[in-house]
Amino acid sequence: MLRYILRRTLTSIPVLFGVLAVTFALARMVPGDPCTAMLGEKATEEICARFFREKGLDKPIPIQFAIYSRDILKGDLGNSLRFQRPVTQILVERLPQTIELGLSALLLATLFGVPAGIVSALRHNSLIDVATMIFANIGVSMPVFWLGLMLAYVFALVFKDTPLWLPPSGRLTAGLSATPFYEVYGWNVEQGTTTYRFLEFFANLYIFNSIITGNWEVLKDALRHLILPSVALATIPMAIIARMTRSSMLEVLGRDYVRVARAKGLPEWRVIVVHALRNALLPVVTIIGLQLGAVFSGAVLTETIFGLAGVGRSLFEAITARDYPVIQGFTLVIAFSYVLINLLVDISYAFLDPRIRLE
Amino acid sequence: MTEPTSTPIQQAIPTLTRRPPDSPMRQLVRRFFRQRSALLGLFIIGGLVLVAIFAPVIAPYEPTEVLIGKEDVSKREAPCIHLLGCPKEKPQHIMGIDGNFRDQFSRIVYGTRISLRVGFITVTMAVVVGTLLGAIAGYAGGWVDNLIMRVLDVLLAFPSLLLAIAIVSVLGPGLINAMLAITIVTIPAYARVIRSSVLSTKEEEYVTAARALGVRPIDILFRHILPNSISPLIVQATLGIATAILDAAALSFLGLGAQPPTPEWGAMLSAERNQVFSAPHLVFFPGLAIMITVLGFNLLGDGLRDALDPRLKNV
Repeated sequence: MLRYILRRTLTSIPVLFGVLAVTFALARMVPGDPCTAMLGEKATEEICARFFREKGLDKPIPIQFAIYSRDILKGDLGNSLRFQRPVTQILVERLPQTIELGLSALLLATLFGVPAGIVSALRHNSLIDVATMIFANIGVSMPVFWLGLMLAYVFALVFKDTPLWLPPSGRLTAGLSATPFYEVYGWNVEQGTTTYRFLEFFANLYIFNSIITGNWEVLKDALRHLILPSVALATIPMAIIARMTRSSMLEVLGRDYVRVARAKGLPEWRVIVVHALRNALLPVVTIIGLQLGAVFSGAVLTETIFGLAGVGRSLFEAITARDYPVIQGFTLVIAFSYVLINLLVDISYAFLDPRIRLE
Repeated sequence: MTEPTSTPIQQAIPTLTRRPPDSPMRQLVRRFFRQRSALLGLFIIGGLVLVAIFAPVIAPYEPTEVLIGKEDVSKREAPCIHLLGCPKEKPQHIMGIDGNFRDQFSRIVYGTRISLRVGFITVTMAVVVGTLLGAIAGYAGGWVDNLIMRVLDVLLAFPSLLLAIAIVSVLGPGLINAMLAITIVTIPAYARVIRSSVLSTKEEEYVTAARALGVRPIDILFRHILPNSISPLIVQATLGIATAILDAAALSFLGLGAQPPTPEWGAMLSAERNQVFSAPHLVFFPGLAIMITVLGFNLLGDGLRDALDPRLKNV
C-alpha cells in the first residue's frame, strides 16, 4: 500500500512541473504587454522600460522561469501588477469564497445524487427511476450560467416579499460583517505576517468563522446567500453522480455475490448496504473527485452571475487585464489542488479496492 | 424404416432455428431502437438539423435585422403570440424583441446553425488529433507513450473551461478561436479512449497474425486495430458534441467566443443578462435552446453507449 502511494505521488511530480511550465508559458503568451494594459495612456517608452526592469520582465524567458520557479518554492507568488499587492494576499481574500461555494455545491450534489441513484437502481424502471433519469439528463445538459440567472429571477424577483425570497448576489447583506474569530478571541497577531494571513484565510470562510464565533445572524445570512449559487453549481455534478451511482449499483446488484447474500437469507437492507453499496460506491468516489474540476470551471460562471469575487471570477478578470502574476498564481493553485485531489482519489480507490494496489 | 410422423411441436422446431442469426449490425440497430431516450435524442437532433438547414424559411426575419422604424415594436418587448391573445394588429414575435430591436425567434433559429457547426467541427478536429495521438501512444508504447500521455496529463490537470479561457485569451476572442480552444482542451479524452482500446486489441491474435505476415505497422494500426476501437470513440464523440456546444456557449457568455451581432445563443444570453429581471424572455429562450440541443446529443450518446456495450446485450 505504501509503495503504491509513493509511486502514485511520484508520478504526479512531472505533471505538477508541466503545470508550472504551462502556466508560465500561457501567461507570457497573452497578447499585449502588461505595461500598456496597466498604465494606459501614461505608458511612454521610457516609463515602460522602467516598468519592465522593475518587474524583471526584461530578462530572458528561461531566467524569468527559473526565478519564478524559485519564488514559487519559497511560497512567493509575486505581486499583482494591477493591485500592487501580493498575490498570496489576494488569494487569502478570494479563495475562501470559492472553497465555500465549491464544497457546498459538491456536498449538495453528493447528498442528493447518491441517494437518488441508489433508489433508482433499487426501483429499476419504476416511476421514480424514470423521473430521476429524466432530471439527471436535463441536469447534465443545463448551461450553468442560464440556470443561475433563472434561479436568481425566480427566487429574487418572483418570490419577492415571500419567505422563499433569496438574495441574488453577494456573500452577506450590506451592513452585516463577519468579525474574524481571532479578533473575537482577542488574539494579538501582527498584520502582514504569514500567521496573520493563515488566520485571515480561515476567517474568510464566513460559515466556518461564524460557527466558531457563534455569530448565528451572520451564519444564517451567509447560508442564505450561498443557496442559489451552490444549487446552480451543484446541478451538473449532482446529475452525473446520480447516473453513476445508479449504473454502478445496477451492475453490482446483478452480481453473484449479491445473489449469494440474498440466498443466505440476510436481511435485504444488509444485502444492499453491506454487500452491494460498498462495492458500487467505488466508481462513485472517483466521479465525485473528478467533479471538482467541473466545479472550478463552473465557479467562473457562477461567480460572474452572482457577483462573487472568488477565484474563478478574479482569474477571468486577471486574464482580461493581463495581470501575469495573478493569472499564474491562481491557475497554479487551482491546477495544483486539482492534481492533489486526483491523487487522493486514486489513493482512496486503492484503499477501497485491494486489486488496484497489487496491480 | 418408416419416417416418423412429425408432431406439430417437431414441425415447429425447425422453423424456429431456420431463421439466420442477426448480423452484429442488425443487432446493434435493434438494441438502439429499443431505447426510447436514444430515439428521443435522435429525434431532437434531426429536428435541429432541419431547423438549421431551413433557417431562412422558418425565421420570419433576418437574424441581424433591426426592426426599428419598420414595425411598431419597442425595445425588449415581451413575446407577442396571436394564438395566446396578443392583439392581431400587433406584429407577431413569438420570443419577443431583443435590446437591439431584433426578432429573437429568428436569431434563435439561425443560432442553431452556429451551435451545430461548433459541435461537429470541434469534435471532428479533436477526434482526429486525439485518435492519432492515442493510437501512436498505445501502439508504440515505451517512451513515446510516456511522453504523449504525460503531456496530455498536464492538459487534464487544468479545469477544462479555465484552460479554454486561457487559450482564448492567448489567441484573442472570437468564435473560431473559441472552437480551437475547446478542441485542444478535449483532445486528451479522445486520446485516452483510443489508447486504452489500442492497448487491449494490440495483443489479440489477429493482430499478432498480421504482424507475423509482415504487414506494415501503419497498416496494422489503421486496418486491424482502429476499426475495432471505434465504438467507444463514437460514444465519446457524441457526448463530446454536447460538451463542446455547452463550453462554446459558456465562452461566448464570458465574451470570449462569438461576438455581436452573431446570433450565438451564449452571446445573446450574455448581452441581455443584466436585463434578466426586466426582460426574462431574452435570457430564457437562448438558454432553453442550448439545453435542448445539448440534451439531444447527451441522450443519443447514452443510447449509443448502451447499444454498443456488449455487457448490456441482454438487458
